[in-house]
Amino acid sequence: MIGVPAARPSNRYIDAFRDGRVARRLADAIWELVGKGRFSFMEVCGTHTVSAFRSGLRSMLPDGLELRSGPGCPVCVTPNSYLDRAIALGRKGMTLATFGDMFRVPGSSSSLLKERAMGAKVHVVYSPLDALRLAEDSDGTVVFLAVGFETTAPAVAATVLEARSRNLHKVKFLVAHKLIPPAMRCLLEDPDVRIDGFMCPGHVSVVIGSEPYRPLARDYGVPCVITGFEPLDMLQGIYLLARQKAEGMAEVQIAYRRVVRPDGNTKARELMEEVFRVVDDEWRGLGPVPESGLRLREEFGEWDAETIPVEVEPAVEPSGCRCGDVLRGTCSPPECALFGRACTPEHPVGACMVSSEGACAAWYRYGR
Amino acid sequence: MCLAVPMRVIEVRGDMGVAELWGVRREVGLHLLEDVEVGDYVLVHAGFAIEKVDPGEAERTLEMLSEIAGA
Ligand code: SF4
Repeated sequence: MIGVPAARPSNRYIDAFRDGRVARRLADAIWELVGKGRFSFMEVCGTHTVSAFRSGLRSMLPDGLELRSGPGCPVCVTPNSYLDRAIALGRKGMTLATFGDMFRVPGSSSSLLKERAMGAKVHVVYSPLDALRLAEDSDGTVVFLAVGFETTAPAVAATVLEARSRNLHKVKFLVAHKLIPPAMRCLLEDPDVRIDGFMCPGHVSVVIGSEPYRPLARDYGVPCVITGFEPLDMLQGIYLLARQKAEGMAEVQIAYRRVVRPDGNTKARELMEEVFRVVDDEWRGLGPVPESGLRLREEFGEWDAETIPVEVEPAVEPSGCRCGDVLRGTCSPPECALFGRACTPEHPVGACMVSSEGACAAWYRYGR
Repeated sequence: MCLAVPMRVIEVRGDMGVAELWGVRREVGLHLLEDVEVGDYVLVHAGFAIEKVDPGEAERTLEMLSEIAGA
């Protein structure tokens, strides 16, 4: 997101958490705790997967400790039908505003990138507020593709409220926000999935706090540690999980205290509740998950792009792609027969190879 | 997509502000927080500050980590 000038000023909340000497000592402490044990910890969040690769942290960990990717890549878990609808709206002449992550993801027969090449108006934006600016400057309708977890949903909620207070009706929201704790429960219910501990997503937890994980830790005896994204944050998270395993505990702990409070960000949640209602939702890989999605409340119907009548092609999933299994943590990307052959970041078959935090993309870039 | 970075607030105008990281400035929405002041560090995601960074907690964590690392 941000360019790094050659000699950049320091930022204590980043630099101090990248200290290589402390990192090596923490890794030693993890080796000691794991001993001859074998554990599989899930990086619920795709940003964890990328960070673990990029920082070289994976190579510091004992062989008995496996890090598995999980469902925490919003673009990856969004089913094709969503993107197909967005594409159909673009073909009707509406302007689409999307986060960059969605831009190259293949839908059933096209992608936003291809659609733009064929003349559709697709803008990559950094913030949902940019969609309001686009709408103010345009004659037609602008549709913002609102995907993302609890981290992102409050920003979109604030933007919807902003659209209402500016009396701006040319902007619509195609909402497919998803909620992480119900997806984690769904994984724990799956007999094929083995999880000895969850590295809970740090930035989702900034919003929801630590309480929503408590029933998971209690009902399934799985330790949950809310983890940040700098190398020392990640090592702290893994250390605390390993220590809980060594001591036979299953608690919720916060390893990212500088931004995660036990009760989360109450104001952000209030805005979410004002704007969205909770629905049963469809996830790639997990299928339908009860009470796991958000849609606009009825009173915001005027801003809801779901109600715009449009013909959407029937959704098809790419054949041979194991993205769904990757998202459940039952398949590691290199186990997919297409990985690195038919499917590469230049010619992606599935969403997991496209998104910057997709597990297949991370394995391709760093893991081979 | 859940990427978020700690940035220092250098300007506050009602619900909007300007924050900086590594010499790069960005407009950020402050709708999700109460009482943001110039000089605060905030965690920025998708153009919105989603939480204030707590300096005391950051130091406590670093201390705890060097304790584990030293042991
Ligand atoms: S490597 Fe490509 S085809 Fe295989 S699971 Fe990943 S995205 Fe799908």
